[in-house]
Amino acid sequence: MTVAYGRIEALHGISLTVEEGELVTLIGANGAGKTTTMRAISGVHPLARGSIIFDGQDVTRMKPHLRVHAGIIQAPEGRGVFAGMTVMENLEMGCFARTFKTKAEHDETVERVFTFFPRLAERRTQVGGTMSGGEQQMLAIGRALMARPRLLLLDEPSMGLAPMIIQQIFRIISEINKQGTTVLLVEQNAQQALSRSDRAYVLETGTVVRTGPGKTLLADPAIKDAYLGVA
Amino acid sequence: MTGELIHALTVADPLVGFDTAALVDNFWALTVDGLTYGSVYALVAVGYTLVYGVLRLINFAHSEVFMLGMFGQYAVLMMLGFAPSGNAYNLGVTMTVVYLAIALVGGMAVSGGVAVGLERVAYRPLRKRGAQPLAFLITAIGASFVLQEFVHFILPRLTGDRLGGVNAQQPIRLVVPETQFTLFTANITNVTIIIILSALILALATDMFINRTKFGRGIRAVAQDPVTATLMGVSRERIIVLTFLIGGLLAGAAALLYTLRVPNGIIYSGGFILGIKAFCAAVLGGIGNLRGALLGGLLLGVMENYGQVLFGTEWRDVVAFVLLIAVLMVRPTGILGESLARSRA
Repeated sequence: MTVAYGRIEALHGISLTVEEGELVTLIGANGAGKTTTMRAISGVHPLARGSIIFDGQDVTRMKPHLRVHAGIIQAPEGRGVFAGMTVMENLEMGCFARTFKTKAEHDETVERVFTFFPRLAERRTQVGGTMSGGEQQMLAIGRALMARPRLLLLDEPSMGLAPMIIQQIFRIISEINKQGTTVLLVEQNAQQALSRSDRAYVLETGTVVRTGPGKTLLADPAIKDAYLGVA
Repeated sequence: MTGELIHALTVADPLVGFDTAALVDNFWALTVDGLTYGSVYALVAVGYTLVYGVLRLINFAHSEVFMLGMFGQYAVLMMLGFAPSGNAYNLGVTMTVVYLAIALVGGMAVSGGVAVGLERVAYRPLRKRGAQPLAFLITAIGASFVLQEFVHFILPRLTGDRLGGVNAQQPIRLVVPETQFTLFTANITNVTIIIILSALILALATDMFINRTKFGRGIRAVAQDPVTATLMGVSRERIIVLTFLIGGLLAGAAALLYTLRVPNGIIYSGGFILGIKAFCAAVLGGIGNLRGALLGGLLLGVMENYGQVLFGTEWRDVVAFVLLIAVLMVRPTGILGESLARSRA
């Protein structure tokens, strides 16, 4: 797919595949086009050329909110927590597109989110804008889980967080994936992301330059040099 | 009460009076009457504030949405067989309430329909083309004139001169103001009770809708962060339509209530000043903030009523705008701030 902002192409014909059940990571420097890729998959940025196929269906021209109905759920860069809403209200926003058959089904979904993030259960009535960065990230992921994603897009969940919290967030992402949710992760924290992914793509100025299993890339000297900060 | 008021005003000084005695004597009466006007401002102000929250657009044509609501309820009453005349109908309490309710629904339907139609015809094409904010503003002002002139020139031709035109409609009076009881020193009339009670119910219902329901949350989500709201599966376009609809419905209800207090107010230009004042009320309370709009409306209604007695009737509108300027100098985001929209955290 190719994505352009105005007349400037941000992505030049990149091709990504995520298989069901996988955890796939997209790494790359600032401005490489990671967030643009995520926005294009969610449909909030239009494609200039190319196509997006989800579950055998061409969703290239599908409206963004209908992609959510189809199961493509994103926790956006910068978390996008609704600052004026409480934790519970944010979670309810997560399942805006979903119709629960019973109240019990709704409550189960909330409970599942609280099992992943017990902190959110303690803070139900706190207003999103007053929470710490780590808590907001938990809320953003928890909110995405409310929609029961078939493909979960996580855009830089580690951004601006303390190392301890980053560890915790990544452990939970692995756990979510193990429980059967397909995850496409965008990260600058390559070490953590690569060690936990099935496969990874390396993006440079709008082009995929490397791809392979996460652990293979982690051992690659060129990748180490560029993204892992090892001299 | 009105007689005393006018007497008090005519003895005031020629240009700017400062009649504190009249204010003190009539304090409670002025407060109650101010609240009835304020209730109307408050309901209309909600339309400005919600649309601003979601679109960052001041929908200046909202005053005409209100004006068409006045004609809407009037037309419904005519269809029910009521004839305009100087005399009041005496239907008994039950039937009066029933007919008022029908007229209310009529006014709400017309205003709601006009607001949604306006969005579809005037604003949506601009959004599709990615127009500048200025284009929306000019369009809003243009739409306002188009709707006014429609009632001024075209509506009379469509209705055989029974609706619209240059003059105000001759009133259809279902309710004659009668004092029901006295509160402090103010005489509370049936009209006052109907207006304040209806406005209160509608305001509470709107507040519940915005703060407690799924689609209310959707409106707040789009106001706070449209892109993230989209990622949650909210259709921004549908939320925009919903927002215009709510604003329109409340303006239509306000229109009926207003005609009870000001039966001669049904005229093509009758929404203009009232709309601007309701807009002031929205800014006063904090534009984008629902409760701010309600509070701002009531405050504006009461203050301008005090002001017109203190300084003279002809200063009534001035008081409203001076109050706005004074509040904005101290609190630029209005009394309650922009809480529906961005948090300032």
